[in-house]
Amino acid sequence: MKHLFPAISLPFEGRRPATAGKVIPLFRPDHKFERGEGESELVVENLNVHIKQQHILKEINLTIPDKKITCVIGPSGCGKSTLLKTFNRLVDSVEGVRVSGRVLLNGEDIVGSGGMEIINLRRKMGLISQKPCPLPMSIFDNVAYGCRVHGIRNWRKLRMIVRHYLEAAGLWEEVKERLNTPATRLSIGQQQRLCLARSLAVEPHFILADEATSALDPISSKTIEELFIKLKQHYSIVMVTHTLRQALRVADHVIFMYLGQVIETGPAEQVFNHPADKLTQKYLSGSFS
Amino acid sequence: MRFRVLKDKVAGGVMFSLTALSLLLVVVMGAGLYMKSAPIFDEHGLGELLFSSSWKPMRGEFGFLPFIAGTIWVTVIAVVIAVPISLLTAVFLVEYARPVTRKYVFPALDILAALPSVIYGVWGTLLIVPFISDWLAPRFVDFSTGYTMLAAGIVLGVMILPLLVSLFIEIITSVPGELREASISLGATRWQTTKSVVIRDVRPGLAAAVVLAVSRALGETIAVLMVCGNLPEIPRSLFSACYPIPALIANNYGEMLSLPSYEAALMFAALILFVVVLLFNLISRVILYRVEKNVA
Repeated sequence: MKHLFPAISLPFEGRRPATAGKVIPLFRPDHKFERGEGESELVVENLNVHIKQQHILKEINLTIPDKKITCVIGPSGCGKSTLLKTFNRLVDSVEGVRVSGRVLLNGEDIVGSGGMEIINLRRKMGLISQKPCPLPMSIFDNVAYGCRVHGIRNWRKLRMIVRHYLEAAGLWEEVKERLNTPATRLSIGQQQRLCLARSLAVEPHFILADEATSALDPISSKTIEELFIKLKQHYSIVMVTHTLRQALRVADHVIFMYLGQVIETGPAEQVFNHPADKLTQKYLSGSFS
Repeated sequence: MRFRVLKDKVAGGVMFSLTALSLLLVVVMGAGLYMKSAPIFDEHGLGELLFSSSWKPMRGEFGFLPFIAGTIWVTVIAVVIAVPISLLTAVFLVEYARPVTRKYVFPALDILAALPSVIYGVWGTLLIVPFISDWLAPRFVDFSTGYTMLAAGIVLGVMILPLLVSLFIEIITSVPGELREASISLGATRWQTTKSVVIRDVRPGLAAAVVLAVSRALGETIAVLMVCGNLPEIPRSLFSACYPIPALIANNYGEMLSLPSYEAALMFAALILFVVVLLFNLISRVILYRVEKNVA
């Protein structure tokens, strides 16, 4: 079992439970979301995505390394977001979409999966969207939503989970007094951290962040960046970003895309300092964006 | 040169007065109904008119309770039948159906909405009334003609169905796609997303739509009149006849002229209807206004 915080003090008022102060496994063995031990690996092979007549992603081949921050960079409209949405099959909801090739999550192809497999896949792939999107319910219910959807009804357990992940997203101290107020009353930066907590609460393996900071003020985006750096011990993070500087700050691994193709991929150091491709060089020097 | 400026001003003025005139019409109608129904208040108190159940115009007894009860019951039955069906239909069309299906179902709904209400009435008389008198009613009561409150409720429910569906569709479509994506990417199914996120997000809007449909249902006359049985008694069960207010007015307007207080009584019935429908419309506007303010 992996825990972000080894000891959780439980949020029960008054009587301290017998377990207080001890190391409480966040999820008991009967918990549905037991995270598999070891590595989680995502490999993309010959991926092609068409939307109606348009060829959005062309022959993508790449590997997303485990427990690292992978930044996907490239100019607008190059297919970065579509790539992310292919990873959790959200691309299915786009009209007229055709996907071919293979996306292997721990050796299992997710392109052809259906029904329960997709639901589990989406749980494993926490998506943070560009604009924070709190659900129309209270702060507590927002974080608990994912767990409830997957059948966790136990109130104590839910409380534990909500607190744990609000702490993980660095939001607990700010909202612990008003867990029952509508989530839309939070500031936009807080909303984004709430969305992060919400995604973490279903114990994903990956965090897919689609320009997660572009709608935020500089301070909030810095908070999110720092959170990501902290979270990468436990999660593999794929970040689509528009700002090169952000990629420079946080990336361990970089994928550069242009017009639906992967131009270059490699460790951040190598891509930023010694780009092999002419296009990458041009993009990094700011000739186009 | 001057002439076009003058023309512009005249056009503006004319259009304003026409608009004002049509708005004034509401006020004039309300005032007219009140003045025409005023004589009845000289003879009877408002409480007696609204809460007495004795309707004997020839003896000068005008108790509107049977009609009010009939109106409320028929509307309630119609809404109870129509709301779940139309909500599920709208959810299916927006959240589940493929664009091709939508393309064919939307015009069909429009046709349903555009059918004259007398056709619904005929349909009710030919299909629903025999169905109730021959098949449904014998299972519950000894005898029923089929011309019942239930028949009126069903016909009315079917009539407000297309309106409700199209209102619901509009409201559900207004939910931003990101909300659905957020829920689905947590592993929720479409049904879970619809139930706990989409519907939850637009509950006030849905309520406003229902109120609007209710105000439409309250005033529906011909179709209801054809199947409701038209007996001025407080309905005792789903299988007894009823007599909603619009049917009362439509049935008796021609023959009332001999009795002055009868005329006033019918005008009073119209006034009740007028006020109630106005109120319901107002309520739905207020809800919608609040919703829009919340969104902004």
